[in-house]
Amino acid sequence: MGRFLVNFFCKETMEKEARITEGYWHRFSSFLRNCMFNVLSVGPVPNHIAFIMDGNRRYAKKRNLPVGNGHKAGFSSLLWILGYCYELGVKYVTIYAFSIDNFKRRPSEVQTLMDLMLEKIEEMLKEESIVNKYGIRLCFIGNLKLLSDHVREAAERAMKVTAKNDRAVLLICVAYTSTDEIVHAVEESCEDKLDQSRAVGKINGWGNHSDNDQTSPKDHKHDPVIKVVDLENRMYMAVAPDPDILVRSSGETRLSNFLLWQSSYSQLYCPAALWPDLGLWHLVWAVLSYQRSYPYLQKKRKQQ
Amino acid sequence: MVTTDSIRRSSARIAQMPSFALSVLWFLIHLVISIFFIVLGIADAVENYLISSGFLKRYDAINVGKLRYLAIVVDSEDAMQINKALKLLQWLTDIGVKHVCLYDSEGVLKKSKEIILERLSCAKLYEEGDEKSVLDSKTMIIEFTSQSDGKEALVRAANLLLKRLRSLGENQEEKIFTEAQMTEALKAVGSGGPEPDLLLVYGPARCHLGFPAWRLRYTEIVHMGPLDSMKYGSLLKSIYNFTLVRQNYGK
Repeated sequence: MGRFLVNFFCKETMEKEARITEGYWHRFSSFLRNCMFNVLSVGPVPNHIAFIMDGNRRYAKKRNLPVGNGHKAGFSSLLWILGYCYELGVKYVTIYAFSIDNFKRRPSEVQTLMDLMLEKIEEMLKEESIVNKYGIRLCFIGNLKLLSDHVREAAERAMKVTAKNDRAVLLICVAYTSTDEIVHAVEESCEDKLDQSRAVGKINGWGNHSDNDQTSPKDHKHDPVIKVVDLENRMYMAVAPDPDILVRSSGETRLSNFLLWQSSYSQLYCPAALWPDLGLWHLVWAVLSYQRSYPYLQKKRKQQ
Repeated sequence: MVTTDSIRRSSARIAQMPSFALSVLWFLIHLVISIFFIVLGIADAVENYLISSGFLKRYDAINVGKLRYLAIVVDSEDAMQINKALKLLQWLTDIGVKHVCLYDSEGVLKKSKEIILERLSCAKLYEEGDEKSVLDSKTMIIEFTSQSDGKEALVRAANLLLKRLRSLGENQEEKIFTEAQMTEALKAVGSGGPEPDLLLVYGPARCHLGFPAWRLRYTEIVHMGPLDSMKYGSLLKSIYNFTLVRQNYGK
């Protein structure tokens, strides 16, 4: 009995010591990370970073796990990266969560992803303090009509609840492709211009009046035309400035129909690491590369 | 996970560090990185020599047929060195690339297209429908693009669709706003070239500098460095690496 009690208390003490040591290590690494971010902040810090989270399935395959586990590991990695970004002072973070092309995957995998998305949205709403703690506003970007009702409603609820947060913004691209976004912006701009024409028509007395009017409504010379700024205002991504850095994990070097319009002057970075393996040092390297290219890219942006 | 308390305490301590020390550290880090890139440049030069001299056997037989359409983005200031651009195009002809799209945002290369086509013996200007044409072993088709083929072309295409919408009037059933219709509209306004498989960026930064968005969906983008320091070996290596890539297209 005595030996049992001694063992029990020793184990308790050891576990308590391990927790204290872990706590100290945690605080120490936090302190080091803060030092590093303070040094990085001497130079220009990106305002907006976009991530293509590629490599979850390969990560799972490497470890002989089901694909769903790869996506879950990807989500954990995302939370760490978001924490580092907001700590560094990045205001906008965009992530490519689900492309319209991804609907072509096996239905079981699509369902797993949708369920995971729903679960994580509900988690962020339930413990909305996490999102409120960092003051993050959530924006779901894409053709949300393509999503199932449950996921779309959860996304809309999340946007509504976090609408008043203003310290940072997380843009989650779901059911998104750049070409779909451009077509949608063109459609909306066309409707805007038609509305403008109709409004002008009403003021000039067109519509149901006689043919004696001097300026015919069929004379389209003075109809409003679409300009670049009209399309930009109607993009899904109009809520954020253009990204400063676009990161794609797993070493692939293509954009896969992501932010094609917005990435004209974005620094591209393609680390070989799979998304769940992406960490602090990759982010630090991305920011250092951005700082090296900053004078050139700023010059090009201004020339445009 | 990071806690706001730990951030506040650490920040308070760090705020006491003089900003001068931080600046010195920042400069030192960037100096080390610059030295790293110089060393990397030397290694690249050695590799380039080995590739150009044929020591690395795997670059001998490249399946260039897999590269149906190549795009080159050049910084506009570098593009003023027409001789460099000509040299690059000559290398591409030697490698066997059939279709090339040259892009620079200001349109410097576009303005010099007559000179370029004249000086290259076996090159011809791109015309719509050329993607399907069969060429002899030496001819290369070159397309010249600039900023006006990017966002501005999309706006012209949008206005074309707007005109169509106006002429059809209200209560019409035809679907005007689809990706296919947009592609057709871009062709109609003269900016409907094919999508490149590979895009090589010759400039100081890894950035596509506004290459036409509609044609960039699944293009592999590779940064080659400034045009001044272009190397035949690096070009060959980039094309070889491209032939190894396998895309899922989202599946």
